[in-house]
Parts: sequence; C-alpha cells; structure tokens
Amino acid sequence: MALYSEKVMDHFRNPRNVGVIPDADGVGQVGNAKCGDIMKMYLKITDGVIADVKFETFGCGSAIASSSMATELIKGKPVSEALALTNKAVAEALDGLPDYKLHCSVLAEQAVRAALEDYETRVREKTQ
Amino acid sequence: MRIYADNAATTPMCPAALAAMLHCMEERYGNPSSLHTPGQRAKETLETAREEIAALLHAAPRELTFTSGGSEADNQALRSAAALGRRQGKTHIISTAFEHHAVLHTLDRLAREGFSVTLLDVHTDGLVRPEELEAAIRPDTCLVSVMYANNEIGTVQPIRELGAICRARGVLFHTDAVQAVGQLPIDVQADHIDLLSASAHKFHGPKGVGFLYARRGVALTPLIEGGAQERGKRAGTENVPAVAGMAAALRESAAQMEQNAARLIPLRDRLIEGLQTIPHAARNGDALRRLPGNVSFCFEGIEGEALLLLLDDRGIAASSGSACTSGALDPSHVLLAIGRSHDVAHGSLRLSLGPETTEAEIDYIIENVRDVVEYLRGFSPVWRERAEGKAPFVL
Ligand SMILES: Cc1ncc(COP(=O)(O)O)c(C=O)c1O
Ligand SMILES: [Zn+2]
Repeated sequence: MALYSEKVMDHFRNPRNVGVIPDADGVGQVGNAKCGDIMKMYLKITDGVIADVKFETFGCGSAIASSSMATELIKGKPVSEALALTNKAVAEALDGLPDYKLHCSVLAEQAVRAALEDYETRVREKTQ
Repeated sequence: MRIYADNAATTPMCPAALAAMLHCMEERYGNPSSLHTPGQRAKETLETAREEIAALLHAAPRELTFTSGGSEADNQALRSAAALGRRQGKTHIISTAFEHHAVLHTLDRLAREGFSVTLLDVHTDGLVRPEELEAAIRPDTCLVSVMYANNEIGTVQPIRELGAICRARGVLFHTDAVQAVGQLPIDVQADHIDLLSASAHKFHGPKGVGFLYARRGVALTPLIEGGAQERGKRAGTENVPAVAGMAAALRESAAQMEQNAARLIPLRDRLIEGLQTIPHAARNGDALRRLPGNVSFCFEGIEGEALLLLLDDRGIAASSGSACTSGALDPSHVLLAIGRSHDVAHGSLRLSLGPETTEAEIDYIIENVRDVVEYLRGFSPVWRERAEGKAPFVL
C-alpha cells in the first residue's frame, strides 16, 4: 500500500514552480514550525493575470505536493479565479490525500490567498 | 542499493526463529491446555521457551508472562503496580517524559483514575539522573517506570542505579526494555528490576508476541479475563509458534550480542561522524550511552517526512521519530523532552542499524542524507531566512 497517490508522489518528487521571484508583486507565507508545514508563495501579476508563481515549502511530502499543485492550478489564471482556489480542488487534483494530511492542502489554499491579499494591499497603497 | 536502517521499528526474522515457528506450526499444533499428547507436547514447547528466556535474563520461568507484545506488557506492568499501590493507599507514580506511548498513555489513564504522576527530566543528553529520581520519591510513591533504552534517540539509562534506589526505598521498579532486550546484557537480579517489558519483533523474532517479567511476589492484574492460561495472568490460548520463535530469536541474539555490538558500534560512530559534517545538524542523545545501532539526528530547516520519502526513493528505509508517531501532527515528544524546538524536532531522522549493515551502506547513507538535506533546504523558507541571516540558526 502506498502512502500517497502517484500524482502526489510525482509533484513531491518533481515539484513544479519551485523557487523565489525576487521582484514579486505579492508574497504570502502561512503555517508555522509548530505544526511542521510552512509555505511561501511568490506571485508576478500582469494585467490581472498570474503571469508567474513560485513557491518555497518547509514541510512533509503532501505539503510540498500541495504547494506544487496549487501553483499549477493558478498559473496563467486571472486573480479572481486564483482567489477562488480551494483546498478541495488542490486535493482532488492530486487524486486525494490521506485524511490526516488534508491540512496540508488547506495550507496551500491559504498561501495562495495570503500572496493575493499582499498583492491587493500593495495595489491599494500604490493608488492612494 | 536497498538498505534497511529501521531496526528500531522492527527487525527481519532470523532463520532460527522462522524454523522454530514453522516446526511448531507443523508439529506442535495441540492446545497447551489439552491433556492429550499433542496438547502436552505444545505445552512442553511453551514451557521450554519460558525456561530459556528466563535463564537469559536471570529470572525464574514462573516470573514470565507471555503477552501480545511490548505494549500489552507495559500496560499490564503499570496497571498491576498501580493496583498494588492503591491497595496500600499509595497513588504516586514516577516515570519520564520520553517513554513510549504504551507507558505514557497508560499513565494518562491512571492519572484520570486518581493517580498523580511525576515525569523526570531526561535532560539534553537524553539521560535520567539517579539523584533526581531519589529526590522525586515520596512516601506515597508506588511505582517508578523508566525505559531501559529509548526507542528514538537510543540513550541507555543507568538502570542498575535507578533500580537500586527503588529497591532501597521500597518502591516497585518497572523498565520498558523493548529496545534493550537482545541488544544489551540484562540481569533482572543485578539491575533490581521488579517488572520488565519486552517484544520479540525488536530482536529478530515474530511480531505480536512479547513478555512481561514480574519478580516473584509482584502480583499481576490480568488485562484479559477468561481461561486460566499463563497462571491466570493472561487468558487466551497461547500463541505457541510465536513464543517458540521468540525464544529462538532471543537465544540467537544473546549468543551474538557481544560480537554484534563490537561490529555495530564502529559503524554507528562512523555514521554519526559523517552526518555531523552536514552544517546545522545535531546528534540526538548522548554519544556514548546509546544503543549500538542507534543514530538519531536533527537537521535544521527541513521536515522529516520529506527526507524519509526521498531516502526511500534512494533505497534507504529509515524513520523520523518513532514509527508509532507517524501520522501524528505533533513532532516527537521524545525530541521535545530533550529540549529540541518544534521546527528542529520536525527535521529528525533515525537510522537504526542491524546485523546486516555494512560499511559501504554507511557511506552510501551519509552521501545520500547529505544530498537530500541540501536539496530540501534549497526550497525551504525556514532555511532561507536563517541562511540570509534574517533569523538565527538553532543548531
Ligand atoms: C520502547 C518501546 N516500548 C514499547 C513498544 C511497543 O511494542 P509492541 O510493538 O510489541 O507493542 C515499542 C515498539 O515500538 C518500543 O520501542
Ligand atoms: Zn504536512
């Protein structure tokens, strides 16, 4: 019996969009060391579309796979669509996660949201 | 390369244990409680095993009760000592913060039933201090339970000294020796042990069988009611093949103990030295007072499960914390007990070597752990913060 689905293992072994965007338009970090998973998302946004996204994760296999999948799900999408990303969508795209690992997909949703909120704050500050 | 470096979780069966079990299943199928010849032959197998195991521990055969493993033995030891204490109006128990959950969860239960529990500090080196035990004993203390060797960080406790203190103060002394039996010479007389738990699958015997030693005069409370098997201390038809396998495995482990330790210790220390060259990594537990095959480390900036899975891809079977802990979200209570911070405790790795481990395997492990740690740090926000000086390193 495998611990994770093939999809999870694929994203864990070959995470997509790993790294940092030095001049990101929005950065979000969620999680804490106590629970064992920390995710950081960097967004580059052009004309309301996620032109580029990168992530860094300190965490378990499903945390790494969830961040990787989340970046794939929002890359090239309008901000409004990215804001609607749910942990359920991340978990489903990964062909499911063990129950006790669902919180890792929640973290991915929160990381995307935090980065988008940071972007919106920056936009608001600029226009003021 | 396929390397099994998780012998603290469980061990492969030795051929002698396998042969003893097969023989037993084929030839000794009788019920030991039956009066006829097949039954009495099974009974003979059971009692021969008991005598053999007892002799290896310097115990008497009647002081051993066969159980379903270490967890059951721990539960029964604690429950029995608590019942004896309660009868004398003594309801204080002393143990340590880094016991196995079989002990800690039983203590939680006893605490809810009115016992008060003191957990001794195990310090940063993972060792109990005898003088602190001495100071913790109260007039109402009925039991001290300290594990012989820790399953995660491998530290070996000063059991003989602790036992002597308990004996002098008239307090029952239990030790969870699941990780020690078969690895270290144990003498229940010289060590002043009243109750001792063991599990066969940790010394190349089968899973689901173990024993509880209870010194003569220490009455056990049955956890399972039913027939009069095991002198009424543990009902249920005995698992004769498993017991025979356990005895064969222990006989073999005992015969090879010294030789095995002499081979493992240099390998262990070579592995520790190698892993210590990885930056911001630290060994868990005392360097010398540890099991011959245990290596435990924390690596800053990474998480243990990811490390394990990538090592598994490279053929290395290891563990992060106790196998029983995987699936839990909290980092290992053992690592927290020796003062590791949460984030560092999440980045732990336990490699437990066995009789098959070779020097080439050790070098392969060092190289691959270094590689994988470096790779995971490469995209860890925790590591980046520290590497860029925005937060201090812990290790
Ligand atoms: C120290 C210790 N105690 C108890 C146990 C439980 O033994 P068993 O698996 O036989 O129930 C283990 C096994 O993980 C252990 O390492
Ligand atoms: Zn996780």
